[in-house]
Amino acid sequence: MNDGRRDPDALLVRVQAEEAKKARGKLKIFFGAAPGVGKTYTMLEAGREQAREGLDVLVGYIEPHVRPETQALVLGLDMLARKEVAYRGTKLVEFDLEAALAMRPQLILVDELAHTNAPGMTHAKRWQDVLQLLDAGISVFTTLNVQHLESLRDVIAQITGITVAETVPDSVFEQADEVELVDLPADDLLERMREGKVYLPQQAERAVKNFFAKGNLIALRELALRKAAERVGAQMEDYREQQGVSGVWPVHERLLVCVGPSPFSTRLVRATRRIAGSLKAPWVAVHVETPADSRLSESDREQLSQTLHLAEQLGGETATITGHNLTDELIHYARSRNVNKIIVGKPNRSRWKEWLQGSLVYELTRKCGDIDVYVITGDREEKSSSARQQIAPIASGNAYLISVLIVVLCTLISWPLSYSLAAANLIMVYLLGIVAIATRFGRGPSALASILSVAAFDFFFVPPYFTFAVQDTQYIFTFAVMLATAFTISTLTTRVAFQAESARARERRAASLYAMSHQLAAARTLEQIAQAAVRHVSDAVDAKVAVLVADVGGKLASVGSETNGFEPGPHDLAVARWVMDHEETAGHGTATLPGSAGLYLPLRASHGAVGVLGILPNTPWKTIGPDRLHLLETLAGLTALATERVQLAAEAARIRVQMETEKLRSSLLSAVSHDLRTPLSVITGAASTLVDVEKPIDPTVRQGLLESILDEAEHLNRLVVNLLDMTRLEAGAIEVKRDWQSVEEIVGVALGRLSAQLKEYPVVTHLEPELPFVPMDDLLIEQVLINLLENAAKYSPPGSPIELTASADAGRLVVDVADRGAGLPPADLDRIFEKFYRASNAVGRPGAGLGLAICRGIIELHGGTIEARNRDGGGAVFRFSLPLASTQPAIPADETSTGSQEL
Amino acid sequence: MVEGPKILVVEDEQEIRRFLRASLENHSYRIVEAQTARDGLKRAAEDHPDLVLLDLGLPDADGLDVIGQLRGWSQVPIIVLSARGRETDKVKALDSGADDYLTKPFSVGELLARIRVALRHAARGSDEPEDPIFTLDSLRVDLARRQVFVAEKEIHLTPIEYRLLTTLIKYAGKVITHRQLLKEVWGPDSVFETHYLRVYMTHLRRKIERDPAQPRFLLTDPGIGYRLAAP
Repeated sequence: MNDGRRDPDALLVRVQAEEAKKARGKLKIFFGAAPGVGKTYTMLEAGREQAREGLDVLVGYIEPHVRPETQALVLGLDMLARKEVAYRGTKLVEFDLEAALAMRPQLILVDELAHTNAPGMTHAKRWQDVLQLLDAGISVFTTLNVQHLESLRDVIAQITGITVAETVPDSVFEQADEVELVDLPADDLLERMREGKVYLPQQAERAVKNFFAKGNLIALRELALRKAAERVGAQMEDYREQQGVSGVWPVHERLLVCVGPSPFSTRLVRATRRIAGSLKAPWVAVHVETPADSRLSESDREQLSQTLHLAEQLGGETATITGHNLTDELIHYARSRNVNKIIVGKPNRSRWKEWLQGSLVYELTRKCGDIDVYVITGDREEKSSSARQQIAPIASGNAYLISVLIVVLCTLISWPLSYSLAAANLIMVYLLGIVAIATRFGRGPSALASILSVAAFDFFFVPPYFTFAVQDTQYIFTFAVMLATAFTISTLTTRVAFQAESARARERRAASLYAMSHQLAAARTLEQIAQAAVRHVSDAVDAKVAVLVADVGGKLASVGSETNGFEPGPHDLAVARWVMDHEETAGHGTATLPGSAGLYLPLRASHGAVGVLGILPNTPWKTIGPDRLHLLETLAGLTALATERVQLAAEAARIRVQMETEKLRSSLLSAVSHDLRTPLSVITGAASTLVDVEKPIDPTVRQGLLESILDEAEHLNRLVVNLLDMTRLEAGAIEVKRDWQSVEEIVGVALGRLSAQLKEYPVVTHLEPELPFVPMDDLLIEQVLINLLENAAKYSPPGSPIELTASADAGRLVVDVADRGAGLPPADLDRIFEKFYRASNAVGRPGAGLGLAICRGIIELHGGTIEARNRDGGGAVFRFSLPLASTQPAIPADETSTGSQEL
Repeated sequence: MVEGPKILVVEDEQEIRRFLRASLENHSYRIVEAQTARDGLKRAAEDHPDLVLLDLGLPDADGLDVIGQLRGWSQVPIIVLSARGRETDKVKALDSGADDYLTKPFSVGELLARIRVALRHAARGSDEPEDPIFTLDSLRVDLARRQVFVAEKEIHLTPIEYRLLTTLIKYAGKVITHRQLLKEVWGPDSVFETHYLRVYMTHLRRKIERDPAQPRFLLTDPGIGYRLAAP
């Protein structure tokens, strides 16, 4: 970028960010070093200023016990009623988020960004409330003290000795559109405190006294000023980037922090966040799962998962990798992710232990190559691994007992062998036992077995027998080697067992993902997707699962959940709604809406959330844990993609239908315009010739012109009739008026109507003599006959016969209209009854391809069928059949005839 | 030259009025035009036309009302003009007193034939006694002796068949709705039993038509009624 041009990607990111910002409300933070510097006061003044300028300002929440001068500033501004929440017998007063969202002010003032909400509120933290307000397009003024910034927590604890519980993620602070530093020198603040102008909560007075020591205040002020200055610096850089100012461009950096189950790891994470923040670099927290981890206690695992969660909260990425060499795995991962800085904790192990087990820092620095390694100091008193000594739960008392029994068994086996084998060979029997124990029970029991084996070997097989005393001193060496071998075997075996186990677990996960993606790929409907998702997700996390998919209107509806499914209640649906709208995970085990029974993950696809995955654990979880969350997110992602695919397919089908309709419409237009224009041109031409009186016209020519006018007018009429009929058929506007009709009569009418068109075609009718009466609509069936006869005439040469046959057969009336014309191209047979479809040999003949479509429409309305085929000997035959009634109409008996001849 | 019959054309489309005037005057009819139902009724009262051509789709009133009002004081023959697909309207018009109908578009030949039939029936209805012998091509009916001949060969008909035939003869050339025919042949209780007509018309055709599937005498107006071809 040294040519001064702006990076297009960066520009795009900025434009997107700005667009998102336009819809979002603006966040302004009044930032101070300590309570009492006057943040609330300044915020209220700024709010009043905005109100004077005509903005719709609402005071959302102000601490109820601010000093009178501050309280006075509220006067004249709209105040939102505080929400009272009963909690364990006391009443807590909280900010009413829902009411604020409902009132939709332009600007809302909410004090204390770092506040923790009472249980039962929508969000666990107030900053989450504020983010939702911003999302809703409401601008927010709020206050924040420097010690509440998450990444500064450790620094603050070091300075003041107080660990702050209420923290705000740095990302919220960085998102702020404006940060106004409210600054007061330490002396002035202390002065104000003495004057009683600073509100201090009663219960915290003692802690607060320490906090307000002058040295602390100065340090805090420095932190606040520095943080504010960093922001200005970042803004400046943004500006330069926007304006294309060339200068120093940050090299693309990526940081990696190595975390473990130690509480010290959280400090490492925060430190990394600070460094990454100042470098504006992405970072990743990595935990390497080694065989040692199999012995971690439940609380260690909990600590680890919290550390990883913290990293995610602070905007880092997390990853867990498996391997047995920590250093190699770290370096490998770092290289694969282009990491150029690794941050590790300074080991606080004793030197001999380090020498024995190898030092991570030493190995890292040796192997890291061009990657920088940063070492962060930990507190001495923080035990690096509080529970390492705890034995893995699988090694129960029974395991030790069994180990002892195996050693006894080895001894019993060795006993008879000792007479024939050298003592050294007996060691092998014991080693075999140790391998078995290590495989089955892990390190502890196998270590015990190793020691017991040496002891037993000494006792039973080394002279003097049945004492632990040793005659031959070289046996001491044997024991040492035997013990070392036993330990090595047990360590290796345990490691192999662990790797096999973790490989199996990974394989299970991969297999489950594979099975699910396989099933999802085959799914064609939302129901099938839901079934697959419910099955696999419930298998993976032992929970009931619901798949909620948003319909066109955005309404969430549960799709097909029978076994292992559950139907979310109204409260859970509200949570799901929130998840859908915000595209964030919420519910059980998370910080957002933790009160709900289920956990809800958005089904995020390429164009936003398509639905929500609901998970109702069969046994409640303490936390989700990053592992489980990642798995669930992956499963949700698969489900989302499949759902989107099905939805897109449906959309594509709809568009295809639309295009088909469009094609029909255009072919209608072209057909109609052609078929309307041709006769109109003839009529206009002929009529204008006749009108022209300048030149006398020969009488025969004149007659010819007049006849063509008449003919073309008749064509036009037929076309209009067909179009109207088709339209009415399609609109369902045609009502079949069934009455007892005589086939003969209808045939007569049709032939009568077409007498002019058919005069050059000999028409032969073969009507069965005693044709029954048929319940049908005479006008419609007449239309069918007319269209078929006309069609026959159109496609056969003048003079060729047209045959009309009607018979009753097997409960159906069958009517054939046959010609000796060109016949039908075989490829067209299936399609000639389609609207606007014209046989390939129809070129040059008038018609819009409607006649046969109308026939089919009418016949189908009568419950009949129509088909076309070619005749033997040339020509086509169209056959329609209509169902006959089981009875015939009742006719009153006639009187006696006038004559002698009766029917 | 004797002035021909006077025809009142009630039609709102100017082009159709123009073409009607041109073709009818060419055949020595006198034409009175009206564009609306109101005007039409006024003309009918003032100009005493011999026949009324009435478009059913007038802008200011229902054609059926016009027929009803006209029939209140006049027996002037009325021929209604209507579009295809409005069979119900035509039947209503015919049942409420119109004499015949024409479906648009129609040819002048058809129109002139209908006018001639209507005028003839109107003229006969007043003074002329009915001719006892009715002849139409090869069909001859001796109404006095109740004998029917086709190509000089006597045909025996049942009483209903004969009644049906003579009713058609009475209005020869004019359409008779199903209702009117049923009422005249079977009596007022049977006006909805149109299948009676189909059955007996079939019988009748088989007796007097050469090819019942291409009849020459007994014509069907689908959805409306029957007519005997004009002599």
